[in-house]
Amino acid sequence: MAPEVTERDAAATAAPPPRGRAVRRILAGRESGVLGALLLTVLAASFLVEGFATGRNAGFLILDVAAIAIIALPMTLVVITGEIDLSVASTLGLTSAVMGHLWVAGLPLETIVPLCLVLGAVLGAVNGLLVTVAGLPSLAVTIGTMALYRGLAYVVLGDTAVADFPPAWTAAAVGRLPGTDVPQVAVLIMVLALAVGVLLHATPVGRSLYAIGSNDEAARFSGIPVRWTRLWLFVATGAGAALAGVFWTLQYGSARADNANGLELSVIAAVLLGGVSIFGGRGALPGVIGGVLLLGAIRNALQLADVSSDTLNIVTGLLLVASVVAPNLVARLRERRPRSGVPPARPRTPDRPLRTEES
Amino acid sequence: MSAGSGTGASAPVAEHGGGDVRGARRLRQVRELGILLALALIVAATAVANPGFLSGQSIRDLLLSATLLTILAVGQTLVIVTRSVDLSVGSVLGLAAFATGTLFAAFPGLPVAVAVLAGVALGAVCGAVNGALVAVARVPALVVTLGTLYAFRGVDYWWAAGTQINAADMPASFLGLGRTAVLGVPVPALVALAVVLAAGWYLASYRSGRELYAIGSEPHAARLSGIPVDRRIFAAFVVNGALAGLAGVLYAARFGTLDATVGTGLELQVVAAAVVGGVAIFGGSGTVYGAALGAVLLTTIGSALPVLRVSGFWQQAVVGLLILVAIGMDRILAVRAARRLRGGGPDGT
Amino acid sequence: MFRSRLGRGLAAGAAAGLLLLGTACGGTTRGDADGAGEQKGGGKADPDAKIPEGLKISYLPKQLNNPYFTYANSGGEEAVEELKGEYKEVGPSEATASSQVSYINTLSQQGSDVIVIAANDPNAVCSALGQAQQAGAKIVTYDSDADPECRDIFINQASAKGIAETQIKLIADQIGGKGEIAFLSATPNATNQNTWLELMEKELEKDEYKDIEVVDTVYGNDDDQKSFQEMQGLLQSHPDLKGVVSPTTVGVAAAARYLSDSEYKGDVKLTGLGTPNQMREYVDNGTVESFALWDPKDLSYLAAHVGASLQAGRITGAEGEEFTAGRLGDYEVGAEGEVVLGPPTVFDAKNIDEYDF
Repeated sequence: MAPEVTERDAAATAAPPPRGRAVRRILAGRESGVLGALLLTVLAASFLVEGFATGRNAGFLILDVAAIAIIALPMTLVVITGEIDLSVASTLGLTSAVMGHLWVAGLPLETIVPLCLVLGAVLGAVNGLLVTVAGLPSLAVTIGTMALYRGLAYVVLGDTAVADFPPAWTAAAVGRLPGTDVPQVAVLIMVLALAVGVLLHATPVGRSLYAIGSNDEAARFSGIPVRWTRLWLFVATGAGAALAGVFWTLQYGSARADNANGLELSVIAAVLLGGVSIFGGRGALPGVIGGVLLLGAIRNALQLADVSSDTLNIVTGLLLVASVVAPNLVARLRERRPRSGVPPARPRTPDRPLRTEES
Repeated sequence: MSAGSGTGASAPVAEHGGGDVRGARRLRQVRELGILLALALIVAATAVANPGFLSGQSIRDLLLSATLLTILAVGQTLVIVTRSVDLSVGSVLGLAAFATGTLFAAFPGLPVAVAVLAGVALGAVCGAVNGALVAVARVPALVVTLGTLYAFRGVDYWWAAGTQINAADMPASFLGLGRTAVLGVPVPALVALAVVLAAGWYLASYRSGRELYAIGSEPHAARLSGIPVDRRIFAAFVVNGALAGLAGVLYAARFGTLDATVGTGLELQVVAAAVVGGVAIFGGSGTVYGAALGAVLLTTIGSALPVLRVSGFWQQAVVGLLILVAIGMDRILAVRAARRLRGGGPDGT
Repeated sequence: MFRSRLGRGLAAGAAAGLLLLGTACGGTTRGDADGAGEQKGGGKADPDAKIPEGLKISYLPKQLNNPYFTYANSGGEEAVEELKGEYKEVGPSEATASSQVSYINTLSQQGSDVIVIAANDPNAVCSALGQAQQAGAKIVTYDSDADPECRDIFINQASAKGIAETQIKLIADQIGGKGEIAFLSATPNATNQNTWLELMEKELEKDEYKDIEVVDTVYGNDDDQKSFQEMQGLLQSHPDLKGVVSPTTVGVAAAARYLSDSEYKGDVKLTGLGTPNQMREYVDNGTVESFALWDPKDLSYLAAHVGASLQAGRITGAEGEEFTAGRLGDYEVGAEGEVVLGPPTVFDAKNIDEYDF
């Protein structure tokens, strides 16, 4: 596929500009707001909350958000193309259950882990096929598979928990890099983030994702294999959720069917907080990383400050709403001003009839 | 094609397109007949396996269980046809239920009607918050209601602060609401039926009701044609909130034991019921009758599996499969309808 | 072209997977023995050691807004006040192990001296508890135990055997010693529930109970509505059911509410573990004859004393050590670091009004 086509298309649909301005785009968008908020939170918590600004606590914080981060990376890509995957936490649970089942059956972990990743990819492919080939809306499909996969997890492992994983493996999952408080898993996340970031922001494939999210009709006419790309993104999300499942199982040393129940909402919240538009076509990876860390840091700091979990819920909810309301209000205020011929900073997508109404 | 377009694309065509209104209606009837058929099959199979399933007590239990989900599904339908969604209904239900219980605990002599109204009003206020954010601040409904899902639940936790309202705190006349029956049908089920009929009649017969569908099919066109889009969406959210409040009151009356976790996770069941009932997730199509049937079907499956002694572990998997089958069927019906409209041309994809 | 590139990627991935599978022979399997847990309670106990003032004693229930724990922990607060310590109660709003881990880390970071926890999963909280121990905290579990390796002492609400025997005796008396019974449990993973169910089945093997048959075990997930529906399902699928035992406060209350306005009221007996306040209505209207429970307030009270004694060095968690726990009197540490609160109390129409919790 020729990248030129993508770029022409991108320009035509007011999708993000090509490579050269990628850095500026990242700094100019909502992402900077999230990263600023993260910086402020961390600074404020360091001064105000006793015990926050220690290496040990940072290690706890990273472990707390690790699973969310692993899933949020591929999820970002899916949301940028205008789709959504609500089944990730159930995929995680099913992977965990299968992992426990196979372990009890006597397979070596070295075999189980790749099998689990393949399973995740297959579960993702089921979502992807239903969306691309059968043409069903991803929101509805993944609500269905969310129930289905979680149900299958219970069928596999029932009400039991498998907990006798070898200490060497479980210790590695929560292990720190030698001589530091940084969990080893942070390295894995950084490598993955770098890979996804490069894919999204520095390759033709990445640009095609924005084009699909902005206007998939136009993207298809310009030669982007829309269905094929979407299918692979769902596969990647499934595999990511499976990786998180393997990690989760080892981190807590316990394979259970109900592992990570409800985590999909945390993942989606982090992605949206990170400035990715729920309608697709907009968003950047640094923002999402910022969103994941921001949610984690706020939770961690408030817990340390003995704020109850009730308030945590309220804060999380308000933050999510505010993160979307604020830029919208700003945009609307800007629109009130007399129009100069230039369209507003954010590309709108009035020609995508089947998403929600543009705002 | 737009992968997300599926059901949304063709159904509105059938509904507002070439004047083939009768065809669209027939299509919907086929769809709803399908759910009825599935319902009948499940009930029949369960009854054959265990005749006790059709006893009066059992049917009363089933109707009672379906009540809450049905009412919520009706409200959700109003919101979904306008191409929005409300994920906060579980939290609103919980909040309203706890508020009702607290009112009785604080004012033991309170007339039942006042408590019911208070619960409904609180729900409407929550709905108004959602509606204002969606319609006025123009924030995507999925994001707003995901946020208020957390926020309303947080308020509930904060308010309850670990306490619990027991049946003993509420007057017998109120708890009786959940237990009395008229002609063998429990009162809450009658309330749900009334809600379904009223909402169905409104959507079909009132101009503003039809406008909800227009908004869901083509928001842009709806706005251009002079429909007060924001006001309609706002109203849909308020009504949905009020219905969630009503469901909360009924929950309090029926279950008697209330803490801050009431209704947790209900939102996905509600959306599932609507989707199974043929309400297109991207708006513009679907009826409250379908959604109500979807709710009854899901509840029946939930009650039938334990009676059939199918391990409860299968229950969730079956529900998931059912959702996939339902949206798949919608897609096939929509594609066929579109093909018929175009005189046998290629399908909509 | 795009397609073929991805296709090649897939092939490469599959090949890599196969390779991994191939090399996996002789990998880490379940059979590999892991190091047996070493004996804990290393130091020597000094029964006369003074309990220091200002100990930070923190309670981490399964879930913060659970009324049972709210009530129970009021006993903890009372004890911590007696001990002149700092009382704190934190916890997740959902009863999951992963969110408890986050709170354990927070408590450890805050320098808690004693963490009193009701574990949502005996293993999942283990590694975090271990880290907290390393940071100097003493770990006391109550209500639901964690893996014995990662806590110092478990306060058992009543010996599991005592609970099982009491409940079987109650139901046997009520149904006249014969007929079908069923269990309505809480979550399938709860440690205590499963132990009790096992012991109750064992108890039923006794000759005096030979005419009683357990036909089903269902789970209400400690969720009111789910328990209600499961009870409903039980009665429909087993028309000859004579009695139900529900060893969970949420379950027994929901089951009683169902029975009290169903046609089965009086015919189907119900007993289990319930709180007097929740069950009073059903005892008064004749749905339930009798049920049992320990006083959760005492459980939590005892936990604070145990934690303080551990931190002071009065006890180490070794079997046979003795200590005094305020108003509750003298206790002895049992096998595997367990301290038993006492026998469960049976509540019926005669004595229920003496209790208010």
